[in-house]
Amino acid sequence: MDNLPENQGLEFRAVAKAFDGNPLFENLDLRIGQGEFFIILGPSGCGKTTLLRLIAGLETVDGGEIFLNGRAIQDTEAGDRGVAMVFQDYALYPHMTVAENLAFGLRNMGVPAAEIAARIGEAARSLSIDAFLDKRPGKLSGGQQQRVALARALVKKPDILLMDEPLSSLDPALRLKTRRELAALGRNLSATVVMVTHDQVEAMTLATRIMIMHDHVIQQIGTPLDIFSRPANLFVAQFVGATPMNLLCGDLAAGKAGKAVFRLREGDIQTRVAMCGLPESTAWRLGLRAEHVALTTPKKPHIPATVDFVERLGEQSWVHVRLADGGELVASEAGVSAHQPGDRVGVSLDGAKAHLFDAAGRAWHPEPG
Amino acid sequence: MAIMARKGEARGWGNLLFALPFLSVYVWLLVYPLLAGIRLSLYRANLFGGEHFIAFENYIRLFRDRTFIQALGNSILFVGLTVPLLVALALGLALSLNRATRFAAFMRSVVFASSVLSVTVLTIIWRQVLVPDGGLLSHFSHMIGQAPVAFLNDQRLVLPSLAVITVWWSLGLPMILFLSALQQVPRSVYEAAALDRATPWSVFRRITLPAVMPAVILVAAYECALQFQVFGQPQLLTQGGPNGASRPLVLYIYETGFNHWDIGYAAAASQMLFALILVALLVPQAARWLPAFLKGRRA
Repeated sequence: MDNLPENQGLEFRAVAKAFDGNPLFENLDLRIGQGEFFIILGPSGCGKTTLLRLIAGLETVDGGEIFLNGRAIQDTEAGDRGVAMVFQDYALYPHMTVAENLAFGLRNMGVPAAEIAARIGEAARSLSIDAFLDKRPGKLSGGQQQRVALARALVKKPDILLMDEPLSSLDPALRLKTRRELAALGRNLSATVVMVTHDQVEAMTLATRIMIMHDHVIQQIGTPLDIFSRPANLFVAQFVGATPMNLLCGDLAAGKAGKAVFRLREGDIQTRVAMCGLPESTAWRLGLRAEHVALTTPKKPHIPATVDFVERLGEQSWVHVRLADGGELVASEAGVSAHQPGDRVGVSLDGAKAHLFDAAGRAWHPEPG
Repeated sequence: MAIMARKGEARGWGNLLFALPFLSVYVWLLVYPLLAGIRLSLYRANLFGGEHFIAFENYIRLFRDRTFIQALGNSILFVGLTVPLLVALALGLALSLNRATRFAAFMRSVVFASSVLSVTVLTIIWRQVLVPDGGLLSHFSHMIGQAPVAFLNDQRLVLPSLAVITVWWSLGLPMILFLSALQQVPRSVYEAAALDRATPWSVFRRITLPAVMPAVILVAAYECALQFQVFGQPQLLTQGGPNGASRPLVLYIYETGFNHWDIGYAAAASQMLFALILVALLVPQAARWLPAFLKGRRA
């Protein structure tokens, strides 16, 4: 991204948007590189779809600028922005055939008829929709409609392709298949893709970069691995991951080699978080992913706990345990766990993998090594 | 299979009992009078009894009757004036009021409000508007220094005037039907069209119009049937005048049957009206399936 010309891609500069006087975004800055598969991830109502609609021109900004490949587009008509969009409900034209759906935008753009036919043929082949080009959308299954919606966006050869929860109305098996096709598409497409989803698996598997939003505020922007292994704050740590990150309350002390020690009632945990960088904070929490919590026999130095319940997923199990002080933890075990509710176990925490969160929720990560 | 089919059939006849109350009233009040009317049209009969069979003589007489031909022409002209105007205006209103603002909601109520008036009230209101002597429009004429127009006493203006009154009265229901058809189109389809650089005209022609077409056909057929039966407005405002210029078929039938007591002849005229309405109802339906039928024949 850094070696691309400065003005390529999409850029938000101090964008503001309000609905009925309630500010949704204030001073939003964002930069998406040319050719990126950029995913906006967040819970419902976090403002992610509004962001997409601002790019598309379906909503107007109340302040600031949006640049696409160096061109300010915030006052440009939606159709003139070089943007194509796949809508959540696909928004196919019900009274046109599939071929007419694909051709409609191209005709309006004044593309010559031969070129239109060539582009439709190409898109139909690559998305396997040749068989129903002369059918109406109402006759197609959800998966087929989704392909047509994608084809309609791609034939326009947009500078930027927007997708609003494109997989959310598909059944699980089809969603997995389509997700893999989207990944292949993303690798072959030169256009920038911006996709909105609330499904973190989609985000982790498809994105080159993910932006996490919560309450209309950007929480973190980073690669999928970055987001998973170095979450910027408590919200990201709890939102990303198959199960939310475990959190324990306690105090901090200086430990070996300038690294922080986290003091629990049941014993100390040596972390790899550098003590010198940590701010003053009234409260500290220790964060650990389920795979860094191991269950052993209930003997010292392990923390005694009782099994609450077990979720067996087949390839792995989530074992929910309760500590003596009422704290709850989730441990991951490979395969089918033999633990039963009520079992007394010992919990071993891998301090080297632990994150620390200050009172404001900001995260501090272990140093590699 | 055969047994099941027979079983289903037996149960089907039992289910018919549920439709029987409706069917019996339908046969008694609609089918029987229709057949009785057809029979009556083949007789010379008056209200004091005494009928004798004359076959199709009433029908032959109708086609030589200048008053009937004039009424037939009036009815066709009236339908030709009101129905296209109603469809176009109601569609235009529905398009402009299909938004979620308070003003649009208020205007929808305003337009629909005229539909709740009875024909009596309607004619009283419009008489106040149209009469040349002190009517609302006559004031405007005086203001611009013109002699007031006698809308209801001018042979050329009387039927168009009645058509305008009728359109004003009947706009509500078609508008509501068109609004509900418009609301079937998701907003995202219009947004997709905006991203596809569609002009307002092509959005209307390719997205909106196909979506409301079933409602347009329904409204056209329904209003044809309704406006062929126009009676109250001319009866109360003009009594068919001047010189029969505003006498439609139903008024002609009413006068023939109940003023001249010639009910066999009136029944024959009624059958002509019935046939006319039947054709008017079938034409839009045919327009719908004919292209598909011809396409099927060619393939």
